[in-house]
Amino acid sequence: MKRSKLVLIGNGMAGVRTLEELLKIAPDMYDITVFGAEPHPNYNRILLSPVLAGEMTLQDIVLNELDWYRDNNIVLHTGRKISAIDRIKRKVIAEDGTAADYDRLLIATGSLPFILPIPGKDLPGVIAYRDIADTEAMIDAAARHKHAVVIGAGLLGLEAANGLALRGMDVTVVHLADWIMERQLDKSAADMLMQSLAAKGLKFRLGASTSELVAGESGRVCALKLKGGETLPADLVVMAAGIRPNVELAEKAGIHCNRGIVVNDTMQTFDPRIYAVGECANHRGTVYGLVAPLFEQAKVCANHLAMYGIGRYKGSVTSTKLKVTGIDVFSAGDFMGGDSVDEILLHDPAGGVYKKICVKDDKLVGAVMYGDTTDGAWYFQLLKDRQDIGEIRDHLMFGQSHIGDAGHAGQNKAVTMADTAEVCGCNGVCKGTIVKAIKEQGLFTLDDVRKHTKASSSCGSCTGLVEQILASTVGGAYQPAASKDKPVCGCTEHSHGDVRTAIRERKLLTIPDAMHALEWKTPNGCATCRPALNYYLISTWPHLAKDDPQSRFINERAHANIQKDGTYSVVPRMWGGLTTPDELRAIADVAEKYRIPTVKCTGGQRIDLLGAKKDDLPKIWADLGKAGMVSGHAYGKSLRTVKTCVGSEHCRFGTQRSMDMGVKLEKMLFGMWSPHKVKLAVSGCPRNCAESGIKDVGVIGVDSGYEIYVGGNGGIKTEVAEFLCKVKSDEEVKEYSGAFLQLYREEGFYLERTCHYLSRVGLDHVKKIVVEDATQRAALYERLLYALQDYEDPWAEANTKPAARREFEILEV
Amino acid sequence: MNAATLEQDLDVAPVWKRLCDLDEIPRLGSRVVKSAAGDIAVFRNAGDEIFALHDKCPHKGGPLSQGIVHGTTVTCPLHSWKIDLGSGAAQAPDVGCTRRFKVKVEDGLVWLALG
Repeated sequence: MKRSKLVLIGNGMAGVRTLEELLKIAPDMYDITVFGAEPHPNYNRILLSPVLAGEMTLQDIVLNELDWYRDNNIVLHTGRKISAIDRIKRKVIAEDGTAADYDRLLIATGSLPFILPIPGKDLPGVIAYRDIADTEAMIDAAARHKHAVVIGAGLLGLEAANGLALRGMDVTVVHLADWIMERQLDKSAADMLMQSLAAKGLKFRLGASTSELVAGESGRVCALKLKGGETLPADLVVMAAGIRPNVELAEKAGIHCNRGIVVNDTMQTFDPRIYAVGECANHRGTVYGLVAPLFEQAKVCANHLAMYGIGRYKGSVTSTKLKVTGIDVFSAGDFMGGDSVDEILLHDPAGGVYKKICVKDDKLVGAVMYGDTTDGAWYFQLLKDRQDIGEIRDHLMFGQSHIGDAGHAGQNKAVTMADTAEVCGCNGVCKGTIVKAIKEQGLFTLDDVRKHTKASSSCGSCTGLVEQILASTVGGAYQPAASKDKPVCGCTEHSHGDVRTAIRERKLLTIPDAMHALEWKTPNGCATCRPALNYYLISTWPHLAKDDPQSRFINERAHANIQKDGTYSVVPRMWGGLTTPDELRAIADVAEKYRIPTVKCTGGQRIDLLGAKKDDLPKIWADLGKAGMVSGHAYGKSLRTVKTCVGSEHCRFGTQRSMDMGVKLEKMLFGMWSPHKVKLAVSGCPRNCAESGIKDVGVIGVDSGYEIYVGGNGGIKTEVAEFLCKVKSDEEVKEYSGAFLQLYREEGFYLERTCHYLSRVGLDHVKKIVVEDATQRAALYERLLYALQDYEDPWAEANTKPAARREFEILEV
Repeated sequence: MNAATLEQDLDVAPVWKRLCDLDEIPRLGSRVVKSAAGDIAVFRNAGDEIFALHDKCPHKGGPLSQGIVHGTTVTCPLHSWKIDLGSGAAQAPDVGCTRRFKVKVEDGLVWLALG
């Protein structure tokens, strides 16, 4: 088949990212030609500031080496500026006469710096700050001259000023507005920022406009005159007074432009063969100047270039972070307040901390922070997700660490950590390693960092820290994924919520059906999506959807926990933590007979036989089965244990029969698969010896009945369970806990613990359905009991069915 | 392991051993074979293609036979490295390779080459 021709004008971050996304999904669709005006391969423009500051070299910031273009059969013309687009002949022509035909054209010409129309603007020594050539000119000037003036105290201007100062120049920043970064900061934060920049040696002229640039004897600029009459010495003038979309070429070709090339939600221009992405494109009236939105555009555009035809770009919420080493500023959303917006403020001038968050209708709408931006990423996430913050409003200001989801070991300020400090305790990854990977590999997302460094890819407790490091390294380019809409994995564009809804509403019963109906991109998914799909199917359609063992993680397929050496651990069920001499004898016999190296009590009041060989498992189960024991499911995303204290049967303080209640709950929930593991506890009095406060469902007996708590977690981040309701009878404990767990089973996302589920949907949502609505509660409880009826012990099953037994049999040659 | 040593492995004259019926290996699953060369994992994908790899992940020696099979890849159960069934190579950005063995299916029977 003859391949179509795709031409990209503009070899920058937005355009090349679009090609990368395209190659991922349709590698063989196009013959691709790229024209770039600069003589370089694609580089990371946002890291020009660290290059100027001397923290990185130009080689460090190249994103796509020339090899990348060659490996992907892309014809690259660097240093060739396109001068015309012939839309009738479908051809682009460069200044040097090089031409290329296209079937599809992608314009990513970016933006041009705004040059003030003042006398002297064309003098040598007057430059903008946009590309490698500008950066090199500044580095060169800093080595030979003394005085620099930067016009414009926006993000770019301040980073330029800081870099020049670090290279030894005497720098003055001239700014038109009354405070610096007036688009990104309010006055209080800006004043604090200006003070600390002044302490680094920068000088400022606010509310000042330039009238003229004056040439010296050599013909190079030597001074800058302000409208008030003051003259500043200037051997170098950097214009950083804003950018405007580079639309000259598109306009000349007759493509509709209006402060940018106008595109629709698929990034298509008014000429259907021509697309535009990046800083040259006007989407719904907005031209984005930060990198993160451009990446979202690239993804959508690639999808349409690949003719998949799904995905719309709906605009982005952006955040700002200044990349000046040692200074922390963050802002996002609408932070200027106004009517019907509540401002929550923390201002400590002496301590150098300023935080303002703006709340409207119980939603976070904006944030500005100076000095301590630890929680910037979290606020931004809340803002993007439009999450209801009503319940956490009173401690919102104190950040995520206060709510319990920041780094471990009390370490939650990434900026203050040394490069050698360990960030990820599971995989032993230090801060320096992460920063190095982000810079050298050109990483922008948490997933990228996880893939390359393994940091936060195991237990996830350091996710907050890793996000902070990412945010402070790449600045405004960092974009946390809106968690609710995040695709399940790389095999699909659909989120967990979408998949659940489709399975329910379209009555999908098998994994292949679900993948087909939802247009999965891979033939049979991956190790991330298949277990999720399997759970969604069997939890939504119990007794109808068939469980697929090959889509379960090995522990659930082998009904035992895999250990680092490939052996397994076996935990027989002991209902409510109670056992008998016969059971203990059987366990002791098994341990001896199968040479179990380690026997240990678990945290959930069970006995763990560690180090069993896989082919011994069915025999071990048979022996335990003879003593009446069944699978303890210590390996599953399922009901684990119901832990109990002694209770009123023996304890002199006990008010309720907690052991008995625990056994009843555990028998009721036997074989319950869930989004993640589920642990319960029943304590007989408020002394709470069974630790009900940190369980998914915790029951505490009081004299007049039982209190039920939900969403507790004793694991990675200790979470105290929240009070759900108080009930009188054992039967009510079963109904209310059962209804809550069924709601979680139906609404939870795979691998989401109850605490995370609750923080997503809110406790009020759960209370409305489970506590306040008797009909819904009864229906949920009934659905749970229906799903669990006729559940067979998987250990017994593995011993009776040959196909199930095969899993454990070793072949010999 | 570099490409040259891989080729050497495969150049040794194969001794074909009969393993089992194709149906005794579950689709998108595997079986473990004990051999003098150590445990070998024999995989079957959705298209009934058969692959054999040394049952040790190049990362920390995890038993690949216990992983989830998808496409022509297996994900190691210990730390989720993705190993290509055809080449034995780890998927980027991870780096490593596990030894592969020749396998064939004839008349519904699976054969493994040991040399």
